[in-house]
Amino acid sequence: MDELLKILEGNALESRATIAKMLNLPLAEVDQRIADYEKRGVIRGYQTILNEDQLDLDKTTAVIEVKVTPQREGGFNTIAERISRFPEVRSAYLMSGGYDLLLFVEGRNLRQVAAFVSERLAPLEGVVSTSTHFMLKTYKRLGVLMHSEQTDERLTVSP
Amino acid sequence: MSASPSLRNRIALQVRDIPRSGIRDFFDIVSTMKDVISLGIGEPDFDTPWHVRESTVFSLERGATHYTSNLGYLELRKALSKYVSKMFGAEYNPDSEVLVTVGVSEALDIALRALINPGDEVLFHEPCYVSYRATILFAHGVPLAVETKAENGFRLTRAMLEAKVTLKTKVLMLNFPNNPTGGVMSRQDLEDIAAFARERDLIVITDEIYGELTYDAPHTSIVSLPGMKERTIFLHGFSKAWAMTGFRLGYACGPAELIEAMMKIHQYTMLCASSLAQKAAIEALTRPEVDVGEMVAEYRRRRNYIASAFAEMGLECHRPLGAFYAFPSVAKFKLPAKEFAMRLLHEERVAVVPGTAFGDCGEGFVRCAYATSLDNIKEAMVRLKRFVGKL
Ligand SMILES: Cc1ncc(COP(=O)(O)O)c(C=O)c1O
Repeated sequence: MDELLKILEGNALESRATIAKMLNLPLAEVDQRIADYEKRGVIRGYQTILNEDQLDLDKTTAVIEVKVTPQREGGFNTIAERISRFPEVRSAYLMSGGYDLLLFVEGRNLRQVAAFVSERLAPLEGVVSTSTHFMLKTYKRLGVLMHSEQTDERLTVSP
Repeated sequence: MSASPSLRNRIALQVRDIPRSGIRDFFDIVSTMKDVISLGIGEPDFDTPWHVRESTVFSLERGATHYTSNLGYLELRKALSKYVSKMFGAEYNPDSEVLVTVGVSEALDIALRALINPGDEVLFHEPCYVSYRATILFAHGVPLAVETKAENGFRLTRAMLEAKVTLKTKVLMLNFPNNPTGGVMSRQDLEDIAAFARERDLIVITDEIYGELTYDAPHTSIVSLPGMKERTIFLHGFSKAWAMTGFRLGYACGPAELIEAMMKIHQYTMLCASSLAQKAAIEALTRPEVDVGEMVAEYRRRRNYIASAFAEMGLECHRPLGAFYAFPSVAKFKLPAKEFAMRLLHEERVAVVPGTAFGDCGEGFVRCAYATSLDNIKEAMVRLKRFVGKL
């Protein structure tokens, strides 16, 4: 992967000037390349990684395994894209193995998620079955540990 | 701490007369202060890769808590032999040509003790790792320092060595990529040195602990050059490229006779390296690619950042090509390096190591380690810029 993307993936707030220094590139080229990635849709957005367990939110996340029948034209894509358009669905993946789609669905509470599954998702044409798991606690998200304190055990000066 | 005069007189001369490491003194001061950003740390800020730590715990549970063979686990020596062949281009027999040690530190010590008769001279280049001169003296050798220069990228040349060598010179010590300068040697540079060592019939001890950490061109080892393996002791370890400093694990590869001689000292004084550390090393070597490659890329970005920050604030610095150190010149401020470092510490709370800790010729330089987070580096550069602006 382009090192520029790697840096942004690690910290989207890294300043362009710093990135230019790290990559030994002119600032204008960094700006240009980022603009280009945005235009091409390689970069789809910039978000913040929250430790939601600390925020006491009214929010429940469920992981839902969905079996579907692929459509005659469009295969899995048609049904997967239809499902993905629901705002409750935060992430959706086509999977190998015992089921077809894996969804991360958010709602205010258990009841709301249950309602989404039974009233919206399950009745869709092509959805064969669903299996819903509620998430209890987050240990790591997007490569970031949620509960470990960063400590530097090193001596402050060493040879 | 100074002992009472009578006890002091009983301390062996070669120990009594050697000063403590300048790094240690500096550490004692820094460790009393708060909110210091340290560019003085000569070890990676990366954690030991998780798979290595996890498998160490597993080894502990399984009871790998006993003495190992003096040379080290055969499985490890086999893995080392393969690794050294692939990375450094020399073939070593794991049965007789590889010795696992307690860090490169022990390997350096026993290599010198195995070779030196009292009065034998050892050529080495300064600025260099803090322990070289002392280790030569502990082995009753005579240190012959050769000064490398910033304008030359801190590389060593044959002419520099020719100017110092005598008939009593027995050993040449090398350390590239270099601590503290970040200097490296190209294959061509090394060919000249190798020819010199062959002609003078010297034994070479090459400390390649930073061998994985080069940023602009791949590393060449002197052992891979013709006629060198038979006169070279190659030293390496897990402290830097795998961020395993506290495991204390290193190794020496060399001709069987020399490894056997080193093994004798190791056998009687150390017995063997830590069994758990050896197990950890086996794990590290079986899946090295991911960990090391990503670390190198991150160091390169920091190197680029720090080099351009120095340029912006008008600090002259030879471009660091390896290890994780930059060695800028502070000579233009007309302050001794130690005073520069002290004032920087007290006025801006940034710790750098005065170049004199690495030999007298380090005067006029400070060592800045970029083995710390980019955020730390950025803040340190802001403070350093403010500081040099005031001088
Ligand atoms: C050049 C050099 N050699 C040897 C060592 C010590 O390594 P080890 O931790 O393997 O004893 C260091 C550590 O800073 C070093 O920079």
